[in-house]
Amino acid sequence: MESKLRLIKGLGTGIFFGFLLQRGGVTDYNVLVGQLLLEDFTVARIILTAIVVGMLGVYFLSDRGLVVLKPKSGSLRRTISGSLIFGAGFALLGYCPGTIAGAIGQGSIDALIPGLLGIFTGSFIFAAFYEKYSNFIEKNKFKFNTFPELFKINHWKIIIPLTTVIIIFLFWLESIGF
Amino acid sequence: MIKFIFADSWSPYLVGTLIGVLSWFSFIISRKALGTSTSFARGSAKLGALFLGEKVYDWKYYQKYKPELEWQSMLVIGIVIGSFISAVLSGEFNLAFLPQTEFESILNQNLIGRIFSAFTGGILLGFGARLAGGCTSGHGISGTFQLSIASWISLVGFFVGGAITAFLIF
Repeated sequence: MESKLRLIKGLGTGIFFGFLLQRGGVTDYNVLVGQLLLEDFTVARIILTAIVVGMLGVYFLSDRGLVVLKPKSGSLRRTISGSLIFGAGFALLGYCPGTIAGAIGQGSIDALIPGLLGIFTGSFIFAAFYEKYSNFIEKNKFKFNTFPELFKINHWKIIIPLTTVIIIFLFWLESIGF
Repeated sequence: MIKFIFADSWSPYLVGTLIGVLSWFSFIISRKALGTSTSFARGSAKLGALFLGEKVYDWKYYQKYKPELEWQSMLVIGIVIGSFISAVLSGEFNLAFLPQTEFESILNQNLIGRIFSAFTGGILLGFGARLAGGCTSGHGISGTFQLSIASWISLVGFFVGGAITAFLIF
């Protein structure tokens, strides 16, 4: 069990996160499905803005030794197949794991009962697969976790161009009226 | 200011910026990236134990991700509370089983169809998140901004898989 203080930190962070997700409109089925059908770009706007702000701040803090990065690893087979299956589920359910919690908070019962039950069932099926095929699942992990490690360049050489590309894309999105 | 607190919605750029800032604080205060889906995996052991008994707690995956309350599970509970507060303040709180949507289909406009789509969608979502090692927040936001290779592939995969399926259904 983690300490009480840590649990409270998690709860507090979650309350802010949930408030923002709801106020951003992304706890709404219509907005999420609208994004997948390329008719409503609220989700893309939020994610891309969060990426830019998060990236600039966290790498700035990490350069000064104030935070430790925790980039996730994966493998081609795991990441590609997993993300495509996730996407199919996202379209059917109309929520993802974070936004479903937000949808529950705003009163969506389809999220609370069949949706949540489905996510638990799917996670459990994975744990059962993992019990038998963990070696296969864990095979061929990426040698490098991040792009700066892969290309052996300073991270700012990726952060600055990436930030520029995202900002141009967002301006373009606004200009074509989406 | 009062108007702002009770507004129906905020600009996506403001919300995105604040989520980015929240990520800094999450790293500083909790040494953790924002993410949610692992909590559902931890919780799933309890559901499995109802059907297959206590032995599931010995499974490798549940040894790695023990079914206990920790930072991230509390974050997920916090999301429910935070969203509830926001929805009540803006008058958007609404108990409903069928989502209000302009994208109508038999999968979301009647009870059986919605139970089916939400449940099977949930299964794929839960399984896919475990295989990919994260979800829209853990990979899609926190992972991508740390420039993780797996996270960028995942973010693209989430939306490609989602768009293909959505265009097939609607």
